[in-house]
Amino acid sequence: MQLGLFSVGDVTMDPTTGRTPTEGERIEAMTRIALKAEEVGLDVFATGEHHNPPFVPSAPTTHLAFIAAQTERLILSTATTLITTTDPVRIAEDYAFLQHLAKGRVDLMMGRGNTGPVYPWFGKDIRQGIPLAVENYHLLRRLWREEVVDWEGKFRTPLHGFTSTPRPLDDTPPFVWHGSIRSTEIAEQAAYYGDGFFHNNIFWNIEHTAQMVNLYRRRFEHYGHGSADQAIVGLGGQAFMAATEAEAKRTFRPYFDNAPVYGHGPSMEQFTQATPLTVGTPEMVIERTLGFADAVGDYQRQLFLMDHAGLPIEMVLEQVEMLGTEVVPVLRKEFEARRPAHVPSDPPTHGSLVAQGPESTFHLVAPARAAAATS
Amino acid sequence: MSRRIVVITAGLSRPSSTRLLADRLADAVGAEVSARGESVEVEVIELRELAQDLATTMTAGGMPTGRVKRARDLVTSADGLIAVTPVFTASYSGLFKMFMDVLDTDAINGMPVVIAATAGTARHQLVLDHALRPLFTYLRAVVVPTGVFAATEDFGGGEGGGGLAGRVARAASELAALVVSESGSVAGFAASAEELVAPRRRRSGNGVETDVTDFETLLGELGQ
Repeated sequence: MQLGLFSVGDVTMDPTTGRTPTEGERIEAMTRIALKAEEVGLDVFATGEHHNPPFVPSAPTTHLAFIAAQTERLILSTATTLITTTDPVRIAEDYAFLQHLAKGRVDLMMGRGNTGPVYPWFGKDIRQGIPLAVENYHLLRRLWREEVVDWEGKFRTPLHGFTSTPRPLDDTPPFVWHGSIRSTEIAEQAAYYGDGFFHNNIFWNIEHTAQMVNLYRRRFEHYGHGSADQAIVGLGGQAFMAATEAEAKRTFRPYFDNAPVYGHGPSMEQFTQATPLTVGTPEMVIERTLGFADAVGDYQRQLFLMDHAGLPIEMVLEQVEMLGTEVVPVLRKEFEARRPAHVPSDPPTHGSLVAQGPESTFHLVAPARAAAATS
Repeated sequence: MSRRIVVITAGLSRPSSTRLLADRLADAVGAEVSARGESVEVEVIELRELAQDLATTMTAGGMPTGRVKRARDLVTSADGLIAVTPVFTASYSGLFKMFMDVLDTDAINGMPVVIAATAGTARHQLVLDHALRPLFTYLRAVVVPTGVFAATEDFGGGEGGGGLAGRVARAASELAALVVSESGSVAGFAASAEELVAPRRRRSGNGVETDVTDFETLLGELGQ
């Protein structure tokens, strides 16, 4: 089980002080949070990608490379990489380069996660969101897996005799997750390639998340990658902790009430009941998180959102410390105890993928197509 | 086979003239359906009771509360709708529109609907045709020809009251005819049963659609 953090990188005013961090301060805060994650024994740090204020993370590979240079074992990931508006050639090259710098400690999560106006800024059409995600990702797989690519598609200029450089580290592309909240086509896409499926989870009820995950699991089995319960699943979650529930609620309430996404809307109590948000003691967070596995089955990656809504950096670092020392060790143990032996504990890593060898299905552009051809 | 009529009423006060009109329509539709030899159940959604849930749903990224979910299920699975709103500022009330906004765009495909409105003065009567009818047409519902508008004076006796009773009866009869005929075609007589059913396919938006398009097809459409 991999446990870690994912950040959206919002620059939000601290409602208790009225102070808004500068972009530079927020970027530095994200870096400190990632370093803290490694220090307290978390497995993953994932950064969002946005190209509009109030968000700062527009250049995830630059940021992740900087973090990679200061860490040794932390896995660096994204949440998400915009497969719709980013040229797949850029993604192929940027992340292969990052793989070399980070010695393989890299995976990434594809998403469409864009607001409408972002598409035209990059010359794309939001109504083509799903076809863009389908075509661009398929090209990305070819760029990473075929030395020389001849390609023509609908959305990008053709490629003739093109080689993306550098080649992926050890000729082994990074593992890819596909993130989707509601689009069944994306769950289908993840299942088709045998990639991971990540459900953001944090704004949704667990029943909805379970329906999406179960769809992916069923299709993963359909495409011949293993049994449904062996599919590679990741979930988001969010929490705010203190020694007592009352203290956690008192401290977090002004941040919740003014948060850009749900502030001025549902009450914190309504929201904690309807979604996985837990505001309380570390024990409560443990119990809630273990409950996710009852709903979606035994899964491989859990990421928490902890730096958002204007929480000051010192408070976030304390939260990460508590997560690393009080919550994660228990979760690791409990998740392992309940996991059946045939279900993978961890998602694929660079090491495990290299060990599988160049003939493994992971190295095929379209493993489901190959499976269909041989069956 | 029993039919289910759902009444959506956006009156704010209690008692409310909007609810009063909704009840008269519901009774008339019930009588008209029964007269055609079918039984009918009527369920009323008082939007006032959903006011906070609608606001919460809107501000929580579209995640419906339990009560909004139940209302969506009720509406989507109905055989016919009666939709009644007071007129506020030259249109349906904001509460009424908020409810329509949380419905899935496929929630009432092909659904027979009676539209009705109340107002203080008859000068608002065009609201039915410039606001309510286009809204339901957008949602691909089948709105019956007679809309029912009731100004305050129509609730009294005399000419106004008599006229309203007539309009209620006519609208109810039009809705009942559609509700009772709502059972699809005889298999084998259409070019493709699927084609006929598709326009009436509804979804509440509460669950994840599990009949996905095969990925090979998605890739194929892009020539990959």
